[in-house]
Amino acid sequence: MAEFLINSVGFPEWLAWTVTAVVAAVLILNVIAGGALVFIWAERKIAARIQDRLGPTRTGGRFGWLQSLADGIKLIAKEDLMPEGADGMLFRLAPYVSFCASFCAFIALPFAFDFVGQRLNVGVFFVVAVLGLEVFGVILAGYASASKWSLFGAMREAAQVVSYEVPLGMCVVVPVMLAGSMDLVTIAEKQAGWVTNWYLFHDPFTFVIFWVYVTCAVASVNRAPFDLAEAESELVAGFHTEYSGLRWSYFFMAEYGSMFLVSALAAVLFMGGWNGPIPVARLVGLSEGTGDTANYFVRLLGMANLLGKATLGVLVMMWVRWTLPRLRIDQVMTTCLKYCTPIAAAMFAGAMLWQLMLPGGVAPGLSRPAGEIREGWLEGPGGRSAAARSSAVAGVLP
Amino acid sequence: MSHVADDPRIIEFDVRTDEMLVNMGPQHPSTHGVLRLVLRTDGEVVSEVEPHIGYLHRCAEKIGENLTARQWIPYTDRMDYLAAMNMNLGWALAVEKLMKYQVSEKARHLRVLIAELGRIASHLVGMGAYGLDLGTFSPFLYAFREREKILDLFEEACGARLTYSYITVGGLTADLPPGWLGRCEAFLDQFEPIIKEYHALLTTNAIFVKRTANIGVMSRDLAIEYGCSGPVLRGSGVDQDMRRDGEAIYTAMYDGYAFEVAVMKDGHYPRDHEYPPVPADAVLGDCWHRFFVRMLEVVQSMDLVRQSIDRYSACKGPLGEPLKLAEKIPAGDAYLETEAPKGQMGFYLVSDGSAIPWRVRARSSSFSNLAVAPELCRGCLIADVPAIVGSLDIVMGEIDR
Amino acid sequence: MRGPGFLEQLDEALPGAVVGRNLEAIDPWVEIAPERIADVCGWLNSRSPVRFDSLQCMTVVDWCEPDPKKAAKVSWQPHLELVYHLWSTASRVSLVLKAKVPRWKGDVPGQLPEVPSLCGVWRGADWHEREVYDLSGVWFTGHPNLRRILCPEDWEGYPLRKDYEQPLEYHGIRGR
Repeated sequence: MAEFLINSVGFPEWLAWTVTAVVAAVLILNVIAGGALVFIWAERKIAARIQDRLGPTRTGGRFGWLQSLADGIKLIAKEDLMPEGADGMLFRLAPYVSFCASFCAFIALPFAFDFVGQRLNVGVFFVVAVLGLEVFGVILAGYASASKWSLFGAMREAAQVVSYEVPLGMCVVVPVMLAGSMDLVTIAEKQAGWVTNWYLFHDPFTFVIFWVYVTCAVASVNRAPFDLAEAESELVAGFHTEYSGLRWSYFFMAEYGSMFLVSALAAVLFMGGWNGPIPVARLVGLSEGTGDTANYFVRLLGMANLLGKATLGVLVMMWVRWTLPRLRIDQVMTTCLKYCTPIAAAMFAGAMLWQLMLPGGVAPGLSRPAGEIREGWLEGPGGRSAAARSSAVAGVLP
Repeated sequence: MSHVADDPRIIEFDVRTDEMLVNMGPQHPSTHGVLRLVLRTDGEVVSEVEPHIGYLHRCAEKIGENLTARQWIPYTDRMDYLAAMNMNLGWALAVEKLMKYQVSEKARHLRVLIAELGRIASHLVGMGAYGLDLGTFSPFLYAFREREKILDLFEEACGARLTYSYITVGGLTADLPPGWLGRCEAFLDQFEPIIKEYHALLTTNAIFVKRTANIGVMSRDLAIEYGCSGPVLRGSGVDQDMRRDGEAIYTAMYDGYAFEVAVMKDGHYPRDHEYPPVPADAVLGDCWHRFFVRMLEVVQSMDLVRQSIDRYSACKGPLGEPLKLAEKIPAGDAYLETEAPKGQMGFYLVSDGSAIPWRVRARSSSFSNLAVAPELCRGCLIADVPAIVGSLDIVMGEIDR
Repeated sequence: MRGPGFLEQLDEALPGAVVGRNLEAIDPWVEIAPERIADVCGWLNSRSPVRFDSLQCMTVVDWCEPDPKKAAKVSWQPHLELVYHLWSTASRVSLVLKAKVPRWKGDVPGQLPEVPSLCGVWRGADWHEREVYDLSGVWFTGHPNLRRILCPEDWEGYPLRKDYEQPLEYHGIRGR
């Protein structure tokens, strides 16, 4: 887009890049904010249905679809309270830190091939690292609130998130190893084709490690049954006990943003990213050489695919939350250190050996659909270079 | 001369930790009302718990010294407000004991019917709220859905949904409306399979078992010494149920009814129905057993309700009128304990011969059951405190009176 | 526990402790000298043939008529009556103990009458005694933590006494 602005519109370079960055940022912000609105509404409806209730029904005419917006307006209008003993600056800063971390991690997340804020060659690393920063906001909130319950919540969160980063990191490394790249776009691209190409079904080890990832991801974004940092029956509301109004809603948005992000990450790493289970676009001959409009349409389809998968992940998290009781802090740590970490380590080793023993990673007797080559079917047999390909699709975006 | 600690070259390597006093309540989501627990914590470990009560004290006993026995019935409603029927029954029986009054056969069976429905309603709240204490919300609403149906039945019978004043001194305020028994039976038939759902969601849920098994273990002797009663006592393996072991005037009410006390005897619970097996981690007297006894009593009460429906409909005579509002009570004193859902609810009544008692006293089960909480919570984790206090199933209205 | 045989054993073990009895009442009761109550309960809990292992209820009845016109007609002298309801889990029988103490120690208003605490016998007596102290004004000697339990700690007076008058004002809240 920046090239387009420089070459066709005639913007100076600095302005072109700034405009590009702002557009991308606004788009991602809308994904988070709009996503949070939808997910909060969905959570209310799903929780209600699970609990034999109706949930919101009237706001906005039908199904209460405007309920989240009404809540937002209420939150904005609420008095912004701060405890007397609180550390004012940190107290105000904390929600933004949390929200920013969640927001920044979206930068490297590809929604479809080159529908990505900034393609990074260390995308996986970036996303996991930045997502880990969210805990700073929580610790700040707990410390600055001058409330013992908040402090407990913050300490729990710190211990929990730091511990779960270990197995989470190991789980994430496996797709990286299989794809031979830390670039999220490359990882997703390598899984193109039929559903059997997904890393989830690559070998038994990746299948197991996917579930370890799910556990760790739920734990690292503090959702039930691992929502100890805000355990309402023990710690009142944990780290955000003293928050109200808009500041509180920033924590909320950060939570939903992270939930969406880890689900999207799972989709990219294990479930083919924007590639659907059946390569529809390719089957109807849409993907290559059918013109820019068709290409653009394929991208949109891919984005719908990814959003669908991520939403599915979020819905599963909601389902779990409204079904299971909460674990205790020592049991959470046991789950992490005694089960998740060793299993992840063993599966990592297993996946590595599988790669070494079985070149191509295909077990004997398991054949793939005819004509499917694991690596880079997008390039085709001719093997266009990556640079040529990216310049080809760069023209797709206006 | 110089002390080691004064030496500036010595750096302290040990991390010093301080104990922290934390107020849990009276405004806290999991203290079942207005209980205040002061926790002395070292990190996540609780070294001491001190309950502070009295936030809901409404001087019920003093008020009782200024009202006639029947006028005090609405005040008993407000003790255990989740099982107000059983509170009414306890007081009515205590007064009847002093007056040596016997209600008609029909009223007797109706009282059993209503009291056992009240027990189901109370245990449903106990179960749901316990789920809430452990961080799962849905069972609470499943429990309230069914409780709502019992409240509908109560509303039809007496017009109120929470504070009934239905069972009263000398009988009941009104007979059942036509068709009520059919609706009650329909409720039971519909409710029975749902108990399996509760077992699947909580009793046998792996996380639930992890959170409750071997937590807050109360030995048999400790339970007896503290005067614990009801499911809390039976959860520790003490075979005692006032419906069977109580005083004659109370056990006569259940005369001819078949029920087995829900308690673990010789390593197993009664086998009159199908129940899930006891998990391997559970120790007799822990939170899981207290919870499980409550679940068994729901089934047991359903049996009793079915039996009482048959007996009640077999009685042809009139229900009988309750006593006059200002009936004189003979001089003397009487104490009676009944088996309310939360435990043994005792009422003590001293009369000087007038219509207004000289002294009334309510011995509440939750009061004794809560008194044991500091013993159980010693050395547990913060997350266990709601689990333990919740397993005692207390109601503050009854503790503070 | 019904039956005089049991009482004779108690009399034999602790002579002079039983000062009265009424076995014909609805709830038969035994009157104990107040200063011996802890000994008697200790005997009942650990050495008696029927072990009373639990204290179910503890009450104080204030026998006092504040209205002088009515007070002239009553047959009793003003006093406090402690009522203990014991229960034996093994034998499933109950026992009622009563003890009479003066309303004020040495008839000096404000000086609480003293009774030995039962906390050493049943730990469950702790809260019951605190409640009695709070509402009826009896001091239990040997109680580890005798504080008000239902009323606020700075409350004045003992509400369940018959001559109690509600304070006009408590921390700026009007009483009546």
